[in-house]
Amino acid sequence: MITAETLHPQPRRQQDAAVETFRYDNRVVRAFAIATVVWGIVGMTAGLLCAVQLFFPGANLDFQFITFGRLRPVHTNAVIFAFVGNGMFTGIYYSLQRLCKARMFSDKLSWLNFWGWNAIIVAAAITLPMGFTTSKEYAELEWPIKIAIAVIWVAFTINLLGTIVKRREKHIYVAIWFYIATALTVAVLHIVNGLEVPASMWKGYSIYAGVQDALVQWWYGHNAVAFFLTTPYLGMMYYYLPKAANRPVFSYRLSIIHFWALIFIYIWAGPHHLLYTALPDWAQSLGMVFSIMLIAPSWGGMLNGLLTLRGAWDKVRQDPVLKFMVAAVTAYGMATLEGPALAIKTVNSLSHYTDWTIAHVHTGALGWNGLLTFSVLYWLFPRLYNTKLWSVKLANYHFWIALLGMMFYVIPMYIAGITEGMMWKQFTKEGFLQYPNFLQTVQQIIPFYQLRAVGGTLYIFGVWLMAFNLWKTARSGVFVPEEEVQAVSFRSQPDLHGEPAFSHRWLESKPILLTGLALVAVLIGGMIEIIPMIVIKENVPTISSVKPYTALEVMGRDIYIREGCLACHSQMVRPFRSETERYGEYSKAGEFVYDHPFLWGSKRIGPDLHRVGGKYPDAWHYNHLDDPRSTSPGSIMPRYSWLLTQKLDTSSLPARIGALRRVGVPYPAGYESQALDDLNKQADKIVANLKGGSVKTTPDREIIAVIAYLQRLGTDIKLAPKPAVADASSGLHASN
Amino acid sequence: MIVIFLLIPLSIVTAGIFLIGFIWAVRSGQYEDTCTPSMRPLMDDNNTKKNEKVNE
Repeated sequence: MITAETLHPQPRRQQDAAVETFRYDNRVVRAFAIATVVWGIVGMTAGLLCAVQLFFPGANLDFQFITFGRLRPVHTNAVIFAFVGNGMFTGIYYSLQRLCKARMFSDKLSWLNFWGWNAIIVAAAITLPMGFTTSKEYAELEWPIKIAIAVIWVAFTINLLGTIVKRREKHIYVAIWFYIATALTVAVLHIVNGLEVPASMWKGYSIYAGVQDALVQWWYGHNAVAFFLTTPYLGMMYYYLPKAANRPVFSYRLSIIHFWALIFIYIWAGPHHLLYTALPDWAQSLGMVFSIMLIAPSWGGMLNGLLTLRGAWDKVRQDPVLKFMVAAVTAYGMATLEGPALAIKTVNSLSHYTDWTIAHVHTGALGWNGLLTFSVLYWLFPRLYNTKLWSVKLANYHFWIALLGMMFYVIPMYIAGITEGMMWKQFTKEGFLQYPNFLQTVQQIIPFYQLRAVGGTLYIFGVWLMAFNLWKTARSGVFVPEEEVQAVSFRSQPDLHGEPAFSHRWLESKPILLTGLALVAVLIGGMIEIIPMIVIKENVPTISSVKPYTALEVMGRDIYIREGCLACHSQMVRPFRSETERYGEYSKAGEFVYDHPFLWGSKRIGPDLHRVGGKYPDAWHYNHLDDPRSTSPGSIMPRYSWLLTQKLDTSSLPARIGALRRVGVPYPAGYESQALDDLNKQADKIVANLKGGSVKTTPDREIIAVIAYLQRLGTDIKLAPKPAVADASSGLHASN
Repeated sequence: MIVIFLLIPLSIVTAGIFLIGFIWAVRSGQYEDTCTPSMRPLMDDNNTKKNEKVNE
């Protein structure tokens, strides 16, 4: 039997123990909790609209701001940074105060964190539909917002570390370790990946190019999953799961091993997002090995969570909070077994660019993050309002609807992914591609896209039920804005063990500050020294025929980025026969040295575009972008009719050229003044070409720039001294 | 691939910071007791005394 006395013997032993009275801040917790629900609904609805457009392209209502390419980053950013972000802050701000027996370090920082973070989300919701995007996945927000994120994140980190420093509990519970790892690592990742040279208020160019940019991006991208979607939620699991089950975590020792093993292995796994790309082989293998090693700590953590419920499974039957938690932890286990499996090169050669990846991330997002967030909210609201959950029955309904929604989402996506992957690779007995027309593979999976939308609808319906239930719960109780508590002061508690007081005390109060300062110092020093070197060296061309983009192509490329074309089209032909037959020569690292940012993409809803240059006449692109179904019946690509009418804004061209030169693209000095002339000449040529294809337009339209860029894609290498191979393969696939 | 010379040191520094944290945690006795820490969150409610469930 555990009693309060055995756990806290100190006050009684020490007569003069100073007992301090203080208050927990529930206001900011409630604010984050409400934001979590609101943004959850917004982000998931955006996702549903994306899903519907994939089988019904007209669902964008020919409205550019909600077309798939621009809406997808709205969806991903909203669910990751708005829904899970606010969910994480809710969970951390509530549990940290109680685990540290201290109010948050600073109320001002708490509210700066809340309002700043949510203002950033609003800014994202405005700028992303407008097409202001860096195109780097989960880091799409342009540089002014990126700076704001860094500032707010630092405020959060100071608040977190400050609370830990002024804690009244010597022991740092494992959840807090997970929170610290989150704060520190996300700061490093965000800053390093976000380095850009601005060309204007809402346009910047990544300082990295091509392969380098890809590597930095997926070092970030993978660790964003690790340290934004995983570690804070694991910390929450270690607090809220024992609380909800009212029993201690299965093994505290295992939780410590889980934490340290996880963070030391996670940071090396990033390259598994770039298997079989132009990334060097050894880096791919490194990423693969570390990814497989991750199974051990991940499953240790999952089992630790599930085994906490041993002997309490009867509670799971009745308590919706525990139901959600069990399903969430199980989903974590499934996703962390599947992740390493997908990181094996052989598996990845089939799964990459397919909907299998989409299934995988949604097992994590809907299962792990979604369900755990719901469980924490159901647990938290009655406590914040000093009442009972309004309807346990409704919460149970939510559970089953959410689970059903997940199944309807994930299973069709697995089938779609494997179907696509197999069809792309299938050869006939004679050695030709069985499905040379990419559209055949798209048509095959449309029913699964429809089923997926059903799953998403169910899942969102469940969230609405939760919102209603939580609202009713709040109405039935009285909000407790501050909780008064008492605890023994830090100083009058005995040390955790009998180390000399001096070193112990010094270490205890300083390391957090010290690590923070060291981190800042190292980051600044490292950037100043290393980055200029990279920027210069990376632009030494390895393939002499690869040249910088022309002025018109730069404009076209930036429109390609604005419209989010890379959400559906990769630019990375992998070295498989099935891909070289379909698309042409496989992609080489040296072809991307002027690509700021890289545009390799991660999903092929449409075909790869790296070798699309010269494959079709200009007029084909014009008609295809105006109405994809006019050239490709059955295509699910949206119409881009606004490109035909909108005028190309060339006023920003000199600034763009200047910024690109600063990141290392060798435009000659003073080219800015000449760029516009070049642009007009090339545009006139394309207009003349279009006339030949009986298309009438003027050279000042956006579509001209897009066509210029598309026709340039992947063609430089064909001008190389030994063009025999490239010609042969392009001849082959042109007949498709 | 020169960028690897940025990413590897950065990852090592990040890992190093965690290593310092780990060494500190071990030396300061954070992990001496692996039993009661797991019980502690269960007792942190303001209304611990009123809540009979906690001591069941």
